[in-house]
Amino acid sequence: MEYQVAIIGAGVVGAMTARELSRYQLKICLLEAENDVAMGASKANSGIIHAGYDPEPGTRKARFNREGNPLLYEAARQLGVPCQNNGAFVCAFTPEEEAQLEGLYRRGLENGIAGLSLLSGDAARALEPGLSPMVTRVLYAPSSGIICPYALTIAAVGNAMDNGVELYRNFRVTEISRRENGFVLTSRRGESVRTQQIVNCAGVNAGEIARLAGDALPEILPRAGEYVLLDKSQGRLVSRTIFQAPTKQGKGVLVTPTVDGNLLIGPTAQPVPSGDCTGTTRQGLETVKTLGRKSVPGVDYRQVIAAFAGIRASTPGRDFLLGPSQAVPGLYHAAAIDSPGLSCCVALGRYIAENLPIPKAENPAFRPCRENPHFFRSLSPAEKDNYIRRHPAYGKIVCRCEQVSLGEIQAACAVEPRPLDMDGIKRRTRAMMGRCQGSFCTPTVLATLAEALGIPVEEVTKAGGDSRLLEKGADNGKT
Amino acid sequence: MKRQLSCIVCPKGCALEIDPDSLAVTGNACPRGEDYARQEAACPMRVLTTALRVRNRENAMVSVKTASPIPREKLTQAMAVLKALPVEAPIAPGQVLLEDLYGARVVATCGVL
Amino acid sequence: MEKHDVVVIGAGPAGLAAAAAAHDAGAKALLLDRESAPGGILRQCIHPGFGLHTLGQELTGPEYGAHYAREAENRGIPFYRDTTVIDLSPERLVTVQSPEGLRQIQAGAVVLAMGCRERSRGALGIPGSRPAGVYTAGTAQKLINRMGCLPGKRAVILGSGDIGLIMARRMTLEGAKVEAVCEIMPYPGGLTRNIVQCLEDFGIPLYLSTTVEEIHGKERVEGVTLAGVDGQRRPIAATRRYVECDTLLLSVGLIPENELSRQAGVPLDSITGGPLVDEACQTRVPGIFACGNVLQVHDLVDYVTQEGERAGRAAAAFALGKIRRKQTLPVEPGAGIRYVVPQSLTPGEEGVLSFRPSKPCGAVVYRVRAGEQVLRQVRRPRAVPGEMERIPLSRELTAHIREPIRVEMEVVV
Repeated sequence: MEYQVAIIGAGVVGAMTARELSRYQLKICLLEAENDVAMGASKANSGIIHAGYDPEPGTRKARFNREGNPLLYEAARQLGVPCQNNGAFVCAFTPEEEAQLEGLYRRGLENGIAGLSLLSGDAARALEPGLSPMVTRVLYAPSSGIICPYALTIAAVGNAMDNGVELYRNFRVTEISRRENGFVLTSRRGESVRTQQIVNCAGVNAGEIARLAGDALPEILPRAGEYVLLDKSQGRLVSRTIFQAPTKQGKGVLVTPTVDGNLLIGPTAQPVPSGDCTGTTRQGLETVKTLGRKSVPGVDYRQVIAAFAGIRASTPGRDFLLGPSQAVPGLYHAAAIDSPGLSCCVALGRYIAENLPIPKAENPAFRPCRENPHFFRSLSPAEKDNYIRRHPAYGKIVCRCEQVSLGEIQAACAVEPRPLDMDGIKRRTRAMMGRCQGSFCTPTVLATLAEALGIPVEEVTKAGGDSRLLEKGADNGKT
Repeated sequence: MKRQLSCIVCPKGCALEIDPDSLAVTGNACPRGEDYARQEAACPMRVLTTALRVRNRENAMVSVKTASPIPREKLTQAMAVLKALPVEAPIAPGQVLLEDLYGARVVATCGVL
Repeated sequence: MEKHDVVVIGAGPAGLAAAAAAHDAGAKALLLDRESAPGGILRQCIHPGFGLHTLGQELTGPEYGAHYAREAENRGIPFYRDTTVIDLSPERLVTVQSPEGLRQIQAGAVVLAMGCRERSRGALGIPGSRPAGVYTAGTAQKLINRMGCLPGKRAVILGSGDIGLIMARRMTLEGAKVEAVCEIMPYPGGLTRNIVQCLEDFGIPLYLSTTVEEIHGKERVEGVTLAGVDGQRRPIAATRRYVECDTLLLSVGLIPENELSRQAGVPLDSITGGPLVDEACQTRVPGIFACGNVLQVHDLVDYVTQEGERAGRAAAAFALGKIRRKQTLPVEPGAGIRYVVPQSLTPGEEGVLSFRPSKPCGAVVYRVRAGEQVLRQVRRPRAVPGEMERIPLSRELTAHIREPIRVEMEVVV
């Protein structure tokens, strides 16, 4: 196939770049190495729409965070992705940290962030009674918010696809060869596409993509961040996102409600050898729990429902690597997008789309909005009743913990980018994501997905590849 | 030497002792424990339960049991026999699906319409 | 609006018994269940061992469930299938969702019988990667028994509760190799009969004071690291060992499913995870009753049925205006006792105290006291936390008590 632009990597930056580029009359493909979109850093991060006080003034991070914050709220609304402008506290526990907060406050002003204020510990506790009595001072950032990062990525890819972008999954680029007027990209499975331009949004693998294309990027260092997720019974302990004064490693451990009503605590920041290292460790989880309780002492860790680790792609230079390759014409990098990458994603996508050196004409058919595939959840009881009477499958609840119906799962299977595995269903519907972690509904979801995919249940995977759920051919008496 | 056994007849789980020569049983709270220990010393017997796919119904399983215990050493072979057993709906609860599996009838423990 | 005297939420063994008992006490009962047929978790428990106490015969789970489903059906009790209760108010307004729509039902009394869920990997905090092949024992049971699918060929089972033991046998019979059952406590969690007929019969090793320290494998489970634990249940590094497997089954405890109860403002016991109730299974919210595993996790279904009957009778009495709330006395766990249900008792009423010892012991005496007065005293050849103890108290015994009731255990030397 022939494309004008190939975006490598369907994380949130690749997704937003694809969506922004689909505003133009271009033939675009989005190449994803995994079985689903949002499988790297976009799958497992804090889900914060940062206010923008933290990045060093003058950096790309500072600029795109400032621009990206309002753009992200707008994009979320257009894409039907739930988000909430809940505000953030950065907490100081010592005089040194109080001085740090003042530094952050000044930095925020320099970065052009509106609404910042410094509060006493008591004033902060009046707003947020779950906050530790040991907090002495707080930087309040009202423009901070929360969003589900994979829901955003899925919706952005879906919207890009609605506007003509083609998604290739399991397309791990292993060869890039130069051709007249462009490149040929070949996957591990031997498929290939031709393209004039490449946008490298490959996350922790961006360095590898650069190398395949004959370029070199500064070293990208994967860092793992471990999190614990708590039951909704803990989701109201705080209403704002609670940070601690930043450390050398980053923004430190936060405690935040999620848009889905859970409580999220993390991350750690551990250098790891590769992007595959998404395992949790006893020590990491202990660290997260200890630091979480430092901010919010009332957390009940018996209510933990899941623990996970996400990978961030950072560089020693600590800023995004963004712009056209100097060595390889036609190659454009958006690499080392670590925190606050999610907050910047719309602004980054827009910047890349505008600056990609390719002739562009407006796409008159472009639609920025997308029907929320999860509309059912937001209906009133009367509307739900009415809808169920016309679509009875929406009345049959499959996932009791998150109250997800059969109808919602079946519908999710039919919306692009379609889920191809169990984790895909999870991220699109929240089935299997509640307090029982799928122990009741997994068999039903499995059967529903197998039916949608038209395959036997034994071939269904958790997340593509060899992650099969069942033993093949072990069935008794099947003819 | 006396042999020690845990009774499996009921959830109580009495600790039994049986003399292999006299077959005298001690430690049992009820007469069923005595029978169990003697049987266990001679030839351990177990009820086998499993679930079989119903061939003429999509995604339907029927749970089955042996109506009486069968020799423990035959459990694996019995599973192989049952796996190969063609079972078709409708099935009534209690319906005999196989007359003789190592001396026991195999009956359905649920119904399939 | 639709109205019923007694609305029973959940048609497992507890709910079925409650509905029948409510009907027999003269109330119009309604049974609700999210599944398409009654029976609850019994439908996948195809092994024998049910009914010895209540029915005097040993049945499999589906047979036991069918027996009580027939009892409810014969009484003409309506059963709403595929119906999930999504909200419950303290005034007993029940909001249900089903393929017929979303509607509200006013209940004269409510019986909570939602059962329990299994503790998941996340709740356990087992570190490592997140590959396919980690299941709770109950999920594996449903896959094998109701879908005819085998979750793996080579399994390690964490937790020696009865479901874990039953699944060790079931996996083995289906042709899988069960490498080991690990139990973090120094004693097994399940019944002795299950250790014998599920593990010993098949030569499956049981490692006590051992836990799964890490899960390995990127796509599918490739192995687990086992480790012995010390007295504080902390892994001992020197005892770490790798076991190759493709499946990890978790059978490490059950959690009563009380999210709905919380919505209705029902206060819970932090030890049992179930509602605080009186001898009639009434929660602290008048007219809302609880029974079965949503109240306390049971070992034997027979006692679930009995508890259900008690709750159903009392719910009917409440709905028909025959029950008046009287002053109750607290019931508390004393020395050696982990918890007691009910947590309060009305003097002059009969009741059954269910409780568990804190740790295993040899011969013991359990005493039920009201202040200094010993109401009842029973001797047991041994005490095991995995086996619930029950002591009935008659009306005559409770008639004159004035002081809080306490259950305590004394080791017999």
